[in-house]
Amino acid sequence: MDETPDIPTHHTKLSEEALRELYVNMVRYRRFEEAAARSYGMGKIHGFCHLHIGQEAIAAAIGAVHQEHDAVIGGYRTHTLGLALGISEEAAMCELFGKDTGNVRGLGGSMHLFEPKNGFYGGWGLVGQQLPTGAGIAFGQKYKEIPGATLCLIGDGAVHQGAVHETLNLAAIWELPLVVLIENNHYGMGTAVDRVSSLPPLHALAEPYGIEHWSFDGMNVLETYDSLYEAMKRARETSKPVFLEALCSRFRGHSMSDPGKYRTREQLQEEKDRDPIPHFGNKLVDDGVLSKDDLKTIDDEQKQRMKDVVKAADEAPYPEVGLAEEFTHAPANEGDHE
Amino acid sequence: MSELQFREALGRALKEELQADPDAFLMGEEVAEYNGAYKVSEGLLDEFGPKRVIDTPIAELGFVGLGVGAALYGLRPIVEVMTFNFAMLSLDAVVNTAAKTRMMSAGKLSCPVVVRGPTGAGGALAAQHSQSLEQQYTHIPGLKVVSPSTPADAYGLLRSAIQDPDPVIFMEHESLYGTRGEVDDEPYTIPLGKADIKREGKDVTIISWSRQMRQLIEWADKLVEETGQDIELLDLRTLRPLDRDTIVQSVQKTNRVVIVEEGWEHSSVSATVSDLIQREAFDYLDAPILRVTQRDVPMPYAPPLEAHTLPSFERIKEAVQTVSYQK
Repeated sequence: MDETPDIPTHHTKLSEEALRELYVNMVRYRRFEEAAARSYGMGKIHGFCHLHIGQEAIAAAIGAVHQEHDAVIGGYRTHTLGLALGISEEAAMCELFGKDTGNVRGLGGSMHLFEPKNGFYGGWGLVGQQLPTGAGIAFGQKYKEIPGATLCLIGDGAVHQGAVHETLNLAAIWELPLVVLIENNHYGMGTAVDRVSSLPPLHALAEPYGIEHWSFDGMNVLETYDSLYEAMKRARETSKPVFLEALCSRFRGHSMSDPGKYRTREQLQEEKDRDPIPHFGNKLVDDGVLSKDDLKTIDDEQKQRMKDVVKAADEAPYPEVGLAEEFTHAPANEGDHE
Repeated sequence: MSELQFREALGRALKEELQADPDAFLMGEEVAEYNGAYKVSEGLLDEFGPKRVIDTPIAELGFVGLGVGAALYGLRPIVEVMTFNFAMLSLDAVVNTAAKTRMMSAGKLSCPVVVRGPTGAGGALAAQHSQSLEQQYTHIPGLKVVSPSTPADAYGLLRSAIQDPDPVIFMEHESLYGTRGEVDDEPYTIPLGKADIKREGKDVTIISWSRQMRQLIEWADKLVEETGQDIELLDLRTLRPLDRDTIVQSVQKTNRVVIVEEGWEHSSVSATVSDLIQREAFDYLDAPILRVTQRDVPMPYAPPLEAHTLPSFERIKEAVQTVSYQK
């Protein structure tokens, strides 16, 4: 299974409206993350703040392949994933600001967004541990005979964690409807993955567990869509895990506090030359789906939107002291089922 | 009433919960075909089948983590670890995921998982298989921690633990599995967070739990005879949350306290109980609180050395005499 299998070109069935939506979402995520970066610089966002800039094609494709009974779980680089799964820009930005109007009322912050009613199970901070958790959700889908699958995102830095290997084995022996997606942006924080891995290509680690695996260009939204669509379809239909590797680049540091000295200006420029947004925008212009003016209008709209979102987050109130206590345990009497 | 072994009482609780709730399932090392490493799950595979009674590989981080995830999805996983010594490998799933889910998601998600299995120091199992690690869990907000001493408590508390909407760590002392006690034939539950007075007395309160409480029940008459003190035995049963009211009421009555803990003294359950008493009932104390704990060394193998590290009748007797100013 070293070769990338022939993946059906599912994207050819996308309507012009759906293609436009993919593009708008990528711009929306980019402008959201840039607004977050500016707000962080102004001291409005605290702690860690991991941006997805450069990797927006993946979030957009996830939103597009997500179906009613599916679940998604990921790591701490989670803003765009939340937006892709129905968290509003206001709720996400307010959460980053730590406000009571945030997605989880300021209790979670940048790394911990949740929207389980849309199948989004969070935003988790421990590298790799979201995979056994995600496998448990897939186990739940199978146990309850729900016709969905779980998509679990991990980074290239997670592939050497014991939790990842233990879970691949469990997913294989119990035939769980689980799609694991490595977002390989080539750096685990500041450490180039090839310096710490005996595993190139990373997706090959699924091979000994008998799990289907392949990689694709995560900077190309349509290729990403095809692979994710196919993997989720197989997981739903066969109840077997699939292991994917998206080759991608993050244009910013690991987090806002990372000066990024581990790559040269030239290297970074090469990566930015593969920016998924102008590439896809230009393709849509070439294909006659959008005009050059449309691209500008979309961008202007999203920029203005994020200005409004930041203003709303800035003006929103902090939660009252005591809120964390309220949610540490269940309220009395909840959960008895006799 | 029927006389049941501790393991049989736990098995009965598992069986009744699996019958009551189709979303409850049991998984762990050796729980199914082997019928349980300590036979707690004997017969459950036959009754409930392999979908609900599931053998796992030896991969605690993976399968405890998977159980935690299944709880997020709304199932009622009962995850058995072969011992809590091995459960350290799964602490990340319990401490960083299960315990934090409800708060971090502002109540959008909950994690009703039970992680249970044998624990305890002793049995000539040597340093790595023989220790009391309750404090690893009692430290963590978001968790509840239970450790019963009798079959009747084990049954009623395990049923409550499985029904509880939050993650519960249920620690069963390895040396108790074969012990016997009366259990009501009618189904019942015992609420988490309620201590139990196992022997009423007016002079000295001894606070403990799990196997140390079982030993104290056996030693009580002799302790009373040799110290002349009318001893009250307070079984915590739930180590988090603590039953503040029962503890304070007992101290108000006896004014003297000894806490017996099988684990180490440093940063321990008994330290927290001592602190609670001095904050809530300082004016009622007639003597400093004394603690009898495991000595501050990893468990040695040789039987006389093992016995020396654990709380003993003599050490407890001396503590009772000291708090009642006989020494």
